[in-house]
Amino acid sequence: MTDVLRFGPELALFIAAAVVITVDALIPIAGKSAYDARRPIAVFLALAGVGASFAMSAILIAADEKGTVASGMIEVDDFSLFFSFLFAGVAGMIVLGSVDYLARNRFHAEYLGLVLASAAAMMTMAAATDLIMIFVALETQAIAFYVLVGFLKDGRSSEAALKYLLLGATSTALTLYGMAYLFGLSGQTSLDGIAQYVSNAGDENRSALVLAAVFLTAGLGFKMAVVPFQMWVPDVYEGAPTPITAYLSVASKAAGFAVVMRIFLVALGHGLITSDWANLFAAIAAISMTVGNVLALNQKNIKRMLGYSSIAQAGTFLIGLAAVAAKDPQLELGTSSVVFFLGAYAFTNLGAFMAIIAISAKIKSEQIEDFAGIYRRSPFLALGLAACLISLTGIPPTAGFVAKLLVFNAAVEANLVWLALIGVLNSVISAYYYLRVVLVMFTRDPSEATTFQPSPYLGFAMMISVVGLLAIGVYPNPLVDAADHAARIFG
Amino acid sequence: MVTFAIFFPLVGALIIATLPRDQERQAKYIAAVTAAIVLAAVAYLFVAYDRDQSGYQFVTSENWIDSGVSAFNLNYAVGIDGLSLPLLALNAFLTLVAVLISFKVELRPKEYFAWLLVLETALMGVFSSLDFVLFFLFWEVELIPMYFLISIWGSGNRVYSAWKYVLYTFFGSAFMIIGILTLGFTAGTFDIRELGQIGEIHGAIIPAWCIFALISIAFLIKLPVVPFHTWLPDAHTDAPTAVSVILAGVLLKMGGYGILRLSFNIMPDVAKDIDVYLAILAAVSIIYGAVMTLLQSDLKRLIAYSSVSHMGYVLLGASSIGVIGLTGAATQLVTHGLITGMLFVLVGMVYDRAHTRDIGELKGLATRMPFITAMMMIAGLASLGLPALAGFAAEVTVFLGTFDQHEIPTLVGVVGVAFAAGYILWTIQRVFWGPPDPKWAELTDATEWWERGPLIAMTAAVLAIGVYPAWVMDLLRDGVTPIATRLG
Repeated sequence: MTDVLRFGPELALFIAAAVVITVDALIPIAGKSAYDARRPIAVFLALAGVGASFAMSAILIAADEKGTVASGMIEVDDFSLFFSFLFAGVAGMIVLGSVDYLARNRFHAEYLGLVLASAAAMMTMAAATDLIMIFVALETQAIAFYVLVGFLKDGRSSEAALKYLLLGATSTALTLYGMAYLFGLSGQTSLDGIAQYVSNAGDENRSALVLAAVFLTAGLGFKMAVVPFQMWVPDVYEGAPTPITAYLSVASKAAGFAVVMRIFLVALGHGLITSDWANLFAAIAAISMTVGNVLALNQKNIKRMLGYSSIAQAGTFLIGLAAVAAKDPQLELGTSSVVFFLGAYAFTNLGAFMAIIAISAKIKSEQIEDFAGIYRRSPFLALGLAACLISLTGIPPTAGFVAKLLVFNAAVEANLVWLALIGVLNSVISAYYYLRVVLVMFTRDPSEATTFQPSPYLGFAMMISVVGLLAIGVYPNPLVDAADHAARIFG
Repeated sequence: MVTFAIFFPLVGALIIATLPRDQERQAKYIAAVTAAIVLAAVAYLFVAYDRDQSGYQFVTSENWIDSGVSAFNLNYAVGIDGLSLPLLALNAFLTLVAVLISFKVELRPKEYFAWLLVLETALMGVFSSLDFVLFFLFWEVELIPMYFLISIWGSGNRVYSAWKYVLYTFFGSAFMIIGILTLGFTAGTFDIRELGQIGEIHGAIIPAWCIFALISIAFLIKLPVVPFHTWLPDAHTDAPTAVSVILAGVLLKMGGYGILRLSFNIMPDVAKDIDVYLAILAAVSIIYGAVMTLLQSDLKRLIAYSSVSHMGYVLLGASSIGVIGLTGAATQLVTHGLITGMLFVLVGMVYDRAHTRDIGELKGLATRMPFITAMMMIAGLASLGLPALAGFAAEVTVFLGTFDQHEIPTLVGVVGVAFAAGYILWTIQRVFWGPPDPKWAELTDATEWWERGPLIAMTAAVLAIGVYPAWVMDLLRDGVTPIATRLG
């Protein structure tokens, strides 16, 4: 019974996903208006599932109910609970952000079902402590996303889905290959078991372990969207339905990082090859930031621009991970800064995408040029998007500023001053393309004078994001605290 | 009270932001009242500040970020001492001036006044932060209002200038944050009061001079010092008048303040090693700025370049690493803020009426604008360092303090004063004196209370500091004495 309780946050979402799809199929309304009548019910059920998942996580925290599930394949701890909240929250926001999209494109309830199921899978990814479970969760999440990316069924969306599927399958194979190496060496699938093997392993096994680390980095690098595993990002971001782009950029990335932290900090965290993968991460971080930012400079489509920006941001997260191992595997500062960054980034990027969904639905364009004068037409959306872009740049008083501060601090304390310098100089580059959008929105004249408001769902979702990112920017202590607790499990 | 002075402008800005669109015209009154209340609060600080007591006063310290695992603790710590108080007063005063002379702004007044007040909050924060990361936060917050103010309400090539300003500043602060983090990690604290006590940096992961350089680049860009000055002429020229006033009057002072309070105070050893280079940089800035000033034909650009030259004196005074020179440098911060602020106000008024700033086109304005001309004479003479006006006290103190240390750079600096006399008097002569041009027969003088009032108040301040400098200089000397002691 405790097993079920501990798996509650995930279970709530899985059940909600099934209920949303079943109820939608069974509702006995026929005729032309049937679709419109069923949609609010599906949305309501989906949000109820998110609420139930939140409640379950809160109960687990309140009851201090931690421990293992499924014979030790899943661990409920501060780390997994942090991500339970994060993914449930993100899923809720995506549902809110999809309402208009559902109506316009006549998406059915399976869209919402897939959003919920993938959120549950990502929670499981963050909580899994066994290679088998990690792989199962990873695949569940990936399959849901393959479908969601192609949901528009037009040329670009289908191309994006195919690209995502092919490259995703390759990355899965690489991940599996890395896992096979670890299993072959240690004879264990549990991360703790592998950790035990690694800390006793001799030098003769070094090269095999490095190879495993490289394969895992390549496979999971696809999920984190870091260079050189980022090829899919611009096309998929541009082609997918915008709420799914937002979902990919925030949740899928965070889940990738959560798995990387579990595998590398637990299984490979103590011993032989720690400094090897730290160097690897540092190099990938530097390249991702630079490539992402430089390519973002000239983008004309805002979704593509945010795609490249997300590559650069992922590079910044990796600084924190490189810092963990470069100094000392016990040092939790780096982990804590990455976890904090993931939370801050969720608010920031979701807010930006909500604004873009609302604006581009109205102006029928995703070109940055066409955002001219949006401030005159919808001050609320323009200010909200500006706040998010300022946070992405890392200018106070926003969550992005504190997040970058913590990551760079971790790097400096781990003697990675060079990496921190590359990081801050990249912030300067990124200022150009983020603030350019702000400039276009605020200083140009709009092509039309009519004003407009976002739908209440989108408006509400954006309010949460913007208030959240400002609150975190002004008083970051609660999130810092949560991130610290999550990071402590690796201590 | 310090916290009130920092955040009350923000409250005013929020009130303005919530005004309904048809009430937009009320924004300027709300802004003026807000700025006046802040000025009153700073005046209260000025009176209540205990001059017999050294160290920081009116200190507030609250926990801000407290990270358990990392011991990365930051505080919201603010307070004032003799060095920061006059700069707070300067900021409060010039913001009120800026609001008043903007009363005729018709373009999106709501946002305009809101951003001016946000800017005031950021600047108040910079001058009163006692935590290095908090200082950096306010330092960065200032970017966004400036970016909007220049790019929306500016003139000429305003978008380009706004970009240049933002990217230069952001570039500097990128280095600064690395310096701050390294320093904090080495010292185990980010508190400026504690950092000021450590004296020498031991066991840092990079050499102390690297930390010094990382932190100081941002200040040298902001001051600005040649060759980091190229953002300044563009930003000053294309910014709206009131923003030029704040930019020249207060923002440049962030650089000087940073050098004294942070670079010198925290790393005196490094400062002592490199003082000669700073003096040379200062001399180059003074002369380069002065020569460039002589070559300008645009009135605003001319004053902008003269700022490059005049801010060179701040660095020159600082390079003396003695109490007299530092006092001179700090005084120059205040007096240059007042004088150049005044010059920009006047040039803005001329431009609003004549719609040109070209020195070749403007002539004989004195007959049309007697009041503006009289004010221009006072500000100009103060700028060139005439005794009994504010500029003189500051520059003489700088020269007195620096001559023993760096003879040649000081002599070069004195030559800069001769240049200043040249470009100021020559400009005033060309623009205001001479036979009246019929083309300008329609021009009117400054008549509105919100035009005359600020100018008269600024004149009074320039005279007050010039005639009896001690009321400001004593404060500043008390403020820089601990820094000088650490350097000596």
